[in-house]
This record gives sequence, structure tokens and C-alpha cells, in this order.
Amino acid sequence: MRRADLVPILTVLLVIVAVWYLGAIRMNATWERDQAARAGTEVTWSQLIPLTLTQDRPVLPAPHQVAVGLWEGVAGQAVTSRRSLVWHAWVTLSATLAGFAIGTAAGILLAVGIVHSRSMDQSVMPWAVASQTVPILAIAPMVIVVMASAGVTGLLPKAIIAAWLSFFPVLVGMVKGLRTPDAMQMDLMRSWSAGRRQVLARLRLPSSLPYLFASLKVAIAAALVGTIVAELPSGATAGLGARLLSGSYYGQTVQIWSALFMAAILAGLLVALIGLVERRVLARMGLAA
Amino acid sequence: MAVIEAQGVCLTFQTADGPVHALKDVDLSVAPGEFVSFIGPSGCGKTTFLRSIAALETPTGGTLRVNGMDPDAARRARAYGYVFQAPGLYPWRTISGNISLPLEIMGFSKADRAERIARVMDLVELSGFGAKFPWQLSGGMQQRASIARALAFDADILLMDEPFGALDEIVRDRLNEALLALWRKTGKTIGFVTHSIPEAVYLSTKIVVMSPRPGRITRIIDSPLPPDRPLEIRETPEFIALAHEVREGLREGHGDA
Repeated sequence: MRRADLVPILTVLLVIVAVWYLGAIRMNATWERDQAARAGTEVTWSQLIPLTLTQDRPVLPAPHQVAVGLWEGVAGQAVTSRRSLVWHAWVTLSATLAGFAIGTAAGILLAVGIVHSRSMDQSVMPWAVASQTVPILAIAPMVIVVMASAGVTGLLPKAIIAAWLSFFPVLVGMVKGLRTPDAMQMDLMRSWSAGRRQVLARLRLPSSLPYLFASLKVAIAAALVGTIVAELPSGATAGLGARLLSGSYYGQTVQIWSALFMAAILAGLLVALIGLVERRVLARMGLAA
Repeated sequence: MAVIEAQGVCLTFQTADGPVHALKDVDLSVAPGEFVSFIGPSGCGKTTFLRSIAALETPTGGTLRVNGMDPDAARRARAYGYVFQAPGLYPWRTISGNISLPLEIMGFSKADRAERIARVMDLVELSGFGAKFPWQLSGGMQQRASIARALAFDADILLMDEPFGALDEIVRDRLNEALLALWRKTGKTIGFVTHSIPEAVYLSTKIVVMSPRPGRITRIIDSPLPPDRPLEIRETPEFIALAHEVREGLREGHGDA
């Protein structure tokens, strides 16, 4: 990275941290003032500021508190411990990846069907859109409960919810991608009397890859959100979602924020990983933009 | 037997603005080994007629036979190779990979494919470039690769829709020469759409002049030029007289439009 790029990036980061600190002081000050009033004492600003940044259960934890919480969760525990953020992140990640795989496969299969059949285009697409307009928070508990009553618990129900969110971007991207070959390319295939399967395998699928990768980046982030949402109502004790929920039960805001940051870091890594594969593959295929 | 036989071929497109007569009463007979150019202003139906021969369009009237079959059956019998204005090579395949594509689709064996690829690459003078990717080649070389691809499966008709239209004059001259050499060597029947008079006159044994609204043939000119044609032939009186005749034909078509 060049130095000139670094300046704006650091500036934005600094502004965010500064605003965060100010917010923490302001939002946590109320509690300190109430305490002081109850004790019949006065607090000056110089006393107030350090107090607001070191509370056990702040309304808004300060950045350094979240950093410490995150560090202790990641490095301060054995990774097999139930208090380890790495362990919780792994539980969430495994369901995310399973859901992402199911969602991607479903999205590609549906897109192939839609591109080849007008009736599928008209019958599947409205349902796919409708599925995404239903709030996932409403669907997730039902899926969990119904599957639990059928004896299916653990990873699979969460993966289904993750797939529910992640198939849609793949579907939309692939419908567009599979339709990119122009009229001349299609005519060439026709002049060789190529069948639909051959057009799909040799022309449509390779041409759609740039669209696929763009969709996969959206899909993996959506799968992560789906998994975390699915971990909220399940009474689960494992996963970042469960960590968020127990944090809010016990007013452990630092725990909530640490889990949130863990989730964000995880999403960032996953998207970056797909970006890496994308660059490699597209460069090899001569499709890189 | 004629390779291409058209009798009263009509093709009408139904559009929102009413029917468009892309072709009207087209009669044409092409003998084996002829080099036929279709020339005319845009909208005269020259491309539509070529596409009809290839069964990429379906005439709405008349009869059209290719190798004695209807165009659709002829296509399935691999009667023709088609070359478009753009090379349309796949960026993710090498030059040999691109030439191999129709062969893979048609189910040729691997050894057969390799032998054919080597042979047609030699024909278009691209030997040694098989492992290159399309973006590593110039526009003219890419178009040669697309001609090789059309030749690879041994169709006896080569249909070319303004194949050199996007190339500059110098490259175009060279490719025209190379195409003539290739035609003499292989004895293919070639259908060639162009809107360049010198190109049509230089290449063809038969020039079909067409005019628009409705798309139709106004003149069919058999070339008196010998099959062996160096580029300098374009300065001979015979060549200039023939070009003049084509120009007359084009003007005539415009006059009553």
C-alpha cells in the first residue's frame, strides 16, 4: 500500500474511534451521575471521564474495552473452552460454510433451470423474491422448531437458514451471468449443432464466472448473518449468535461487542478469501476486468 | 448438382412497425467450388440470406436447398463452417483450444482433433501459435484462427459474414490474398458477405448484387478474371470494368428503391 493511500484510511479510522469514545462517555455518564446523586456527591468532568470508560457493564463499551474483550476471548482461552471466541466462531463458521454450500448449489441449479425454461423463469423467480421479503427473524425460529420436533438439531437447521439467505444473490447473479453470451456466440454454437448441455458447459458456465464470484461474496456474508440469526432463538449455547444472546441476557455489553467484532472479522476474512480465488481464476481465464 | 439452390426464397420479419421484407423472391444457384460474394447496402438482406443458408434464419417462403438437403439437415450434416465479423474466440481457451471447440462438440477423438488442429492452423498460417491465448494475437490473426475453427471439421461450404470488416486496409489485403490461396488449395464453396466492391471483385467467381426494401437480387455477375489473382490484378482494365459493373448494379438497385 502506498503512503498516500494510508493517510485517508487512518483518518477515517481515527474519526470513528474518536466518535466512539465520545459516544461512550456521553452514554455511560448517565449511570455515573445517578450513582453520584444517590451517594449525595458531585462528580467533576475530570473524574467522570475515566469512570465512564472503565465500567463493568457500560451501555456502550469503549473501543479499548472491546479490544481487550476480543483479545481475551481469542488468545486468553484454550480454543476448546466454551469461553473461547475461537470455539464459538468455529461453531458459527461450520454452519455458515454448510449453508453457503447448500445455498450456492441451490442458486446455481435454479438459475440453470430459469435460463433454460421460460415457465421456470415465470414460476420460480417470484417465489425466490418472496422468500427474501419474509423477515428471516420470523422464519428462523419456525425452521428451528419444526426441525427440532423432527429430531434434527445442531448444524443442519442453522445451515438451512444460512442457505435461505445465501441462495438468492447466487440465483440473481447466475441468471444474469448465464445470459451474458451474445447472439453471435449463441449462433456459433448453433452452427455447430451444439446441444443445450454443451452450450451450458462450454459457453454459459465459463462466461458466468465473473458474476458468480461477485454473488458469492454477497452470499457468504448473508450466510454468516443467517447462521447468527439462527443461533439466537434455538436456545443454543454455542456460536457467535448464542454469545450475543447470553451477553444481552446478562448485560455483558463487552461480550456482545466482542462477538460482533468477531463476526465482522470472520465475514471480512471469508469475503477476502473469495476475492483471492476470484482473482486467481479470472486471471487464468483471461476474464479479469 | 448445385451446392446452394434457392428458388423464390422470401423472408419476412414481423415487427412492431409491421412486416419487414428482408428477402423477396431470391433465386440463386451456386455450383461446387464457386466463390460467391454478396454485396449491397445495409438492409439488402445479404446477411439474412447467408444466415438462411446456415439455418440460423428460416425463410417464410420459397425453397432453399443446401447440398440437396433442407438447411437444418445440412447443418446437422456439418455442411458448412460459419465465420462472423468478430472472431468470437473464448478468452479462456488457447488458439488450439478454440479450434478444438467445435470438434469436441461434434465428438471427434482426441488424436483426430490434434491432427485436424495442426492441419488447419497450417492452412491459415498460424502454426506455432497454438498455445497462445487470443489476447496475445493481433486482430487479423484472431480472425484467421476463427477461419481455422470453421475449417476444422471439413465442411465443404464456408460461409463468411463480413469477416474482414473490422480490420484495417493493409491487414485486409493480406487476408484476402490468403483466403484466395486457401480457397484454391481446398476447393471449398465460399459464400462471402461484404460491402466493399474491390473485395468482392478481387475474391469472387460470382458476384451477387443485392438491394434493399424489399431485400432482393438485382444482378448476378460471373467474373471473367482467372482463378490465379495476384493483388496487382486490381489495376488491370478487366478488374476496373468489373468493379464498374458492380457499381452500376448497386446504383440501379438504389434507383427504383
